[in-house]
Amino acid sequence: MSVLTTDKLTMVFGGLTAVDDLNITIEKNEIIGLIGPNGAGKTTAFNMITGVYKPTGGTITFDREDITNERPDRITVRGIARTFQNIRLFKQLSVWDNVIIAHHLRLRSNLFAAVARTPSYRREEKEISDRSMELLKDVGLEELSGEQASSLPYGKQRRLEIARALATSPRLLLLDEPAAGMNPQESRDLMKFIHEIREKFDLTILMIEHHMQVVMGICERIYVLDYGKTIAHGVPEEIQNDPKVIEAYLGVD
Amino acid sequence: MTIQMFFQHLANGLSLGSLYALIAIGYTMVYGILRLINFAHGEIFMMGAYTAFYLITLFMMPWFAAFIVALGITCVLGMSVEKIAYRPLRDHPRISVMISAIGASFFIQNLAIVVFGGRPKTFTVPDLFNRIVTIAGVKIVSITFMIPIITFVVLAILLFIVNKTKTGMAMRAVSTDHETARLMAIDVDRIISITFAIGSTLAAVGGIMWGMKYPQLLPVMGLVPGLKCFIAAVVGGIGNIKGAVLGGFLLGLMEIMIIAFLPALSGYRDAFAFILLIFILLVRPSGLLGTATGEKV
Amino acid sequence: MKKKHRIYTVVAVVIGIGVLALLETYLGAFPKRIFVLAGIYVTLALSLNLINGFTGLFTLGHAGFMAVGAYTCALLTMPPELKAMNFFLKPIVPFLANVEWPFLPALLMAGLVAGFIGFLIAAPVLRLRDDYLAIATLGFGEIIRIVFTNTQTLTNGALGLKGLPRFTTVWWSWGVAALTVLFMVNLINSSYGKAFKAIREDEVAAEAMGISLFRHKVVSFTIGSVLAGIGGALMGHLLGAIDPLMFRFLMTFNILLIVVLGGIGSITGSVVGAVLVTITMEFLRVLDGTIDLGFITIAGKPGMRMVIFSAGLMAVVIFYQKGLMGHNEFTWAGLSRVTRKLRAKLK
Repeated sequence: MSVLTTDKLTMVFGGLTAVDDLNITIEKNEIIGLIGPNGAGKTTAFNMITGVYKPTGGTITFDREDITNERPDRITVRGIARTFQNIRLFKQLSVWDNVIIAHHLRLRSNLFAAVARTPSYRREEKEISDRSMELLKDVGLEELSGEQASSLPYGKQRRLEIARALATSPRLLLLDEPAAGMNPQESRDLMKFIHEIREKFDLTILMIEHHMQVVMGICERIYVLDYGKTIAHGVPEEIQNDPKVIEAYLGVD
Repeated sequence: MTIQMFFQHLANGLSLGSLYALIAIGYTMVYGILRLINFAHGEIFMMGAYTAFYLITLFMMPWFAAFIVALGITCVLGMSVEKIAYRPLRDHPRISVMISAIGASFFIQNLAIVVFGGRPKTFTVPDLFNRIVTIAGVKIVSITFMIPIITFVVLAILLFIVNKTKTGMAMRAVSTDHETARLMAIDVDRIISITFAIGSTLAAVGGIMWGMKYPQLLPVMGLVPGLKCFIAAVVGGIGNIKGAVLGGFLLGLMEIMIIAFLPALSGYRDAFAFILLIFILLVRPSGLLGTATGEKV
Repeated sequence: MKKKHRIYTVVAVVIGIGVLALLETYLGAFPKRIFVLAGIYVTLALSLNLINGFTGLFTLGHAGFMAVGAYTCALLTMPPELKAMNFFLKPIVPFLANVEWPFLPALLMAGLVAGFIGFLIAAPVLRLRDDYLAIATLGFGEIIRIVFTNTQTLTNGALGLKGLPRFTTVWWSWGVAALTVLFMVNLINSSYGKAFKAIREDEVAAEAMGISLFRHKVVSFTIGSVLAGIGGALMGHLLGAIDPLMFRFLMTFNILLIVVLGGIGSITGSVVGAVLVTITMEFLRVLDGTIDLGFITIAGKPGMRMVIFSAGLMAVVIFYQKGLMGHNEFTWAGLSRVTRKLRAKLK
């Protein structure tokens, strides 16, 4: 049973077709790659899946339910979480708060209970606190929990974004260029990390990435976009040898 | 209502609309270039009127000279507000700039109260503008129809500057994108100053003509028209000069005509603008002539 | 909170109550009034700070909600004879003519009605972007005021209401202020408070983390309006008279001033700011009137106070953006850190 399916998904902005007839299927626990030259429409696809853009055509199905026109926060409640290409942490808040906040959507207590600090609210607060500490340990940031998010070095900010996304208890995780700016060692650590969280949190993962080492290393299947169109789809070996892919990235002589 | 009364109201509406248009242009130009609501603009308008008044009464200048000098002084005042209250905050969050703008507005208002005194001053209207003229059986004060005429002349000059000169083109470039404009060797700071200069001069023209049509000057006279004119700019499409003009006329005519036909509503006169604003923001936020822009995620 | 900090807080509260009792008994009429006013401004500043500072919604319509609260409370608590006296131009609407409630229920009602109006306004207006939101809320504030000026039979129009029973004492004003502080502290530290801050920091990211922007903005705005209504009611029953002109944009500006000077997004800042600004405003009132020093008289200039405050506001925003407290709050731990540093310096 597929976790996510898009059917003829299209996004047209005025005169520009950013994504044209995208048909992807993701099965449970797969790690799928979405690659292509800059401007190919990858982040646009993410934005459609997460409800930031309303598609101009086609549908998106998550766990057999149509989520095509849902609001972003509803989609996250359903179980799709994401990181951002340009890192959108809550800059002036602490590392700790960034992760805590991402638990808010699952809060059962209402505002009055929260302000009155009822026993049931305090229990929830403790659960959230424990979970957040766990997540920070998973990404190796527990020592920095009091620091302001914007003061973290770039690599650690990326890890915090992932921890934050995980805090929403997703089933499908969308990673937008998680390896950006990483050296080979860091990329290897990242690949290991992605496998670990897939195991630990029973995740399905869709990632946009430019680092071919990472893509070919952990993605089980890959979709290639160019100018909004899907030009190739298959396992890493097939993609690496596909002439259309090579042409899209390197151009024709 | 007789046909004569109707034309009288229409003339007043066009007059008021012209004044609103002149002030609204200043708001729209500044917003277009800085994404800032220049709350102090209403006070610039007020200062235009007061400066002309004092030049005539205190310095005994002939009205023609007084008006020209007042334009110059007000223009400089407007540019100073930009330098002092807005320029230091160029890279700060928008909320800070808005607070500074509101602060500047209250500062100038209260400074005016301190210096000019809170009691109304009566503007001495030159004879040329004070004559009662009869057109098609309707008696109108000459200022009433001179205001739209002067406004159109001023507008024509403005549109010429904006569309046909290099400075105007630079202004349009900076409106679109500061960074790119800088890359094109445009001195963005200078262009911003010029924008404020033009906007303030127009507001001063408006202020002087307002003082002649409604001769009671008060230090707070800029507050309500200022708000209304910003609303007019929003209604027409913020950032769009023609939109500001359209909005100004729409608002001015609406105000006069609604009261004319429904005198019972005269107490709510100032509320019309706000109601129109809420309506436009809900139905067509980009304004009548505006274009919508999105945010990149 | 650590055990010893909890003890400190209890001790501080007891001392606070003692101080209030002392001030209530020994303070002269004029200083007491300023002190009571300061307490009201604490509540008002916190109510605006919740919306503007913590949730990041730049709204300018606060005076409108104060007016709704003030008028609701006044109309509910004024004895029928007093109402008849006030409404001499046109009689008051029948359903209010013989109503006379005690202060507490009327105060709560004031908050509820203001909150309800806030809720109605919130829905259309909170979808707008920063500056449009500011102007739209300013517009609504003005619309409320203009409506109150014209509804002769409900609000007595431009004449206003005089002779309001002077319910607001040191206890009421600072009691409400203390409760508001407690409410805000618990709210901001809770999951909801953090959600508000997330919305302030980055709406897109907040939404991506599953936070419903609209719902949370409406909640924040409504709570802020409720507190503004209560503040307005307290103010009306301190001054003894209310009229629509009291609730112009200038009133919102004064509260904004306090919030900015104290530190946007700081509860401590709003408390400290409210007290400092209220006292300074009164102190500077001498500048508006003639100062008679015995040997010389300095003629005052009305408006001078506001000139100084506006300039101060601009200076803070331009040079010291964060205000007095920035984003920081008072904590016992913070206090011991500061005293330790001071002691180290003094050695």
